[in-house]
Amino acid sequence: MVNRKLFLLISFIFLSLQNFAQDATALVQKVKAKLDQVNNYEAAGIMKTNVSFLKVPEAQVTVYFKKPDKLKIKNDHGISLVPKGAVSISLNNLLKGSFTALDAGNEMIDNKKIRIIKLLPVDENADIVLSTLYIDETSLLIVKAKTTTRESGSYEVEMYYGKYASYALPDKVVFTFNTKDYKLPKGITFDYDDGSKKKTENSVNNTKGKVEINYSSYIINKGLPDSVFQ
Amino acid sequence: MWKLLQIELFKIFKRPRTYISFGAIAAMILIIQLGLKFDGKSYLQLLMSGISDSFYVPYEMILNGYLVAFVILNTLLIQVPLLIALVAGDAIAGEANMGTLRLLVTRPVSRTQLMLAKFAASVIYTVLLLLWMALLALFLSMLFFGTNDMIIARNDVMEQISRNDIMWRYICAFGYASVALSTVAALAFLLSVFAENSIGPIVSTISIVIVLTILSEMKIPLYDNTVKPYLFTSHMLAWKGFFYSKANNDGQTIKGSIENLPAILRSLGVLLTYIFLFVASAIFVFNKKDILS
Amino acid sequence: MASIVRVSHLSKHFSEIKAVDDLSFTVNAGDIYGFLGQNGAGKSTTIRMLLTLIKPTDGQIEIFGMNLQTQRKEILKQVGAVIERPDLYKYLTGFENISMFAKMSGEKISKKKLMQQLEQVGLAERAFSKVQTYSLGMKQRLGIAIALINNPQLVILDEPTNGLDPQGIADIRNLILHLSKNEKKTVIVSSHLLSEIELIANRMLIVDKGKKIVEGTVDELFDPAEMILELQTVNHEKTLAIINNSPWKNFLQKQLTEIFFFKMNRKDIPAFNNFLVHNGVEVLSFQSRHSLEDYFLSLTSANQHVETFTN
Repeated sequence: MVNRKLFLLISFIFLSLQNFAQDATALVQKVKAKLDQVNNYEAAGIMKTNVSFLKVPEAQVTVYFKKPDKLKIKNDHGISLVPKGAVSISLNNLLKGSFTALDAGNEMIDNKKIRIIKLLPVDENADIVLSTLYIDETSLLIVKAKTTTRESGSYEVEMYYGKYASYALPDKVVFTFNTKDYKLPKGITFDYDDGSKKKTENSVNNTKGKVEINYSSYIINKGLPDSVFQ
Repeated sequence: MWKLLQIELFKIFKRPRTYISFGAIAAMILIIQLGLKFDGKSYLQLLMSGISDSFYVPYEMILNGYLVAFVILNTLLIQVPLLIALVAGDAIAGEANMGTLRLLVTRPVSRTQLMLAKFAASVIYTVLLLLWMALLALFLSMLFFGTNDMIIARNDVMEQISRNDIMWRYICAFGYASVALSTVAALAFLLSVFAENSIGPIVSTISIVIVLTILSEMKIPLYDNTVKPYLFTSHMLAWKGFFYSKANNDGQTIKGSIENLPAILRSLGVLLTYIFLFVASAIFVFNKKDILS
Repeated sequence: MASIVRVSHLSKHFSEIKAVDDLSFTVNAGDIYGFLGQNGAGKSTTIRMLLTLIKPTDGQIEIFGMNLQTQRKEILKQVGAVIERPDLYKYLTGFENISMFAKMSGEKISKKKLMQQLEQVGLAERAFSKVQTYSLGMKQRLGIAIALINNPQLVILDEPTNGLDPQGIADIRNLILHLSKNEKKTVIVSSHLLSEIELIANRMLIVDKGKKIVEGTVDELFDPAEMILELQTVNHEKTLAIINNSPWKNFLQKQLTEIFFFKMNRKDIPAFNNFLVHNGVEVLSFQSRHSLEDYFLSLTSANQHVETFTN
């Protein structure tokens, strides 16, 4: 009896999981479909970089995207150092290929019920080990994604939607990533020591970098030559 | 006074040796420019090795005229004191060696005025040398390498400056460098008073600058707060401070700002004090000196 | 006569060495003032003190009635000098050299005037060649031209003929005489050679080891009538006896290894000669001279041989 009950319980749990899993996959597919309506875009924005060892001015950037996974951030007037993950971890990239979607529950963010779904790539050699997507089910928008990669650590992307929500394009993206501390190679140059206290304790702790892009406008599906991604 | 200055400048710029400095600077700058033109990427890769793991580094854009000028200044401002000493160390000792000093001092001109004119001439030479450097290092590089934002590496931070926020910083930096090098000129000038040929003061000046620079750059805690703040060489690099911007709370640099202006002004004050002390001592000693050459 | 330079109790000590020791002398307007001494006697140190190159340890210098310490500039405007070697800016031309120093003289001097000055010393043709191509004599003349550009009242020439050939020496000598006679300048000229000074100076100062030996007019110091007579005879003893029995013994200064030295007036020499002949003295040599050189050398202790004559 006990065994049978146990069996039923296990079966139930398994079936439920299966059910949820299918549901999660379906949701991800829906989200993907929404993302897929954009074939390409060209967006103007302001990029702010906040990394402990980088002192960079605000930059006017143009972001180019083309399906399936081409993304380029270009500084209109000068140079921008773009974190590597910010390009390779575009949403389309996350949802590319085959993966297993697992439901990881709900959470309330900004009074919205958010589904948490974990994606495990089927390909064992893929760079991405695990992604966690936070999806607003009603609008089918990803509001947050956490990604762990084999090569370049963990990333987190937060997205805030506005005018272009129907295309699943955010008005603001905040990209958080881990960095190694920077140290000038020895013997390159003499630095000026102005006698101020060095922020040593700061540089040890603060190894998270943040890049924020505020988009002002998108030009969607008007076609883009491949040459802009060179 | 103006006449004396004219005479001193005339003497400096009539000498072939004066132009060696201008030639040497041109040669060094061209060598650095050529090197960076052909192999600048390797240099940058070394410089950026700390961040190229996590960032896309557009080397071609970073290697622009502004950066090249910065690299040149970094390298040359260590060598240029030699060229300054070549003229300033010669100011008195050279005349003593030639035997013209006694003729000069028997003119109806006070020794103090003569010294001030000579020092002023050395400073003008220094400034002209720097202008020449600016012309070649900055403007020629801008022509060869184009312009863009400038990214410079500090000990633990990289600074990016927008291209339209750079030129005034260079003007300030060259202005500061002329004070820094005038300090070297003042030292050479002081040593020149004691010697009867110019080799002594030139070599001593260079030796002092080298020893003090090493002391300034050594990371020895014992010296950090005791000796270093008082060495003029510690303050000669403060021109770099003009390229360091303030950052706001978001970590974004503020256009047109200077990270630590009080520190630069303090350094400037230290250098000006040194110049005053060196020149005043030189004049004092020279006024007491018996001209036996 | 107005004094141009008045030096009183001037001393200069270089640590232990007394280069100049309590020296006093006066140079009058219009003098060609000879300043004599061996090398190292303190001439150059004194001249450098007159020109403010060296600070005196002690003593006073007045030039044109002004204190050199307090009115240096005013005094130097009226002084021209050539000090030892005529060192100039070799990489500049003669004209550039002279015009540079002219600018420092405090007066505006026209280009024409400068060229005239160069012409006076015979350098007009080479005015625009670099000084490094000049001979020593040319450099010396350029040095003098530079000393004269501001038309100074007092000209100081320190060893101006050193290293020059005979023609060069003669040129300098004529120039000094010209400056004194025609341009009414006061000239101080130093030398270690009496032969140079005696031909031109009207007054002189002789120094040794930093001290004044003697100062005065050349006429005063060296009466040309005073002669030194050297006599050598066959029989020294016999001659001595003859002389000791005559009034001539008063003129005998010294006898050295068979040689008598007499000091007497030029006009008495023929009489002395007659006396010797009449007394049957067999003369081997009879020499008279009045060279100042002997006197100078004796004064400056360089020649022990004739030292006795000055005592």
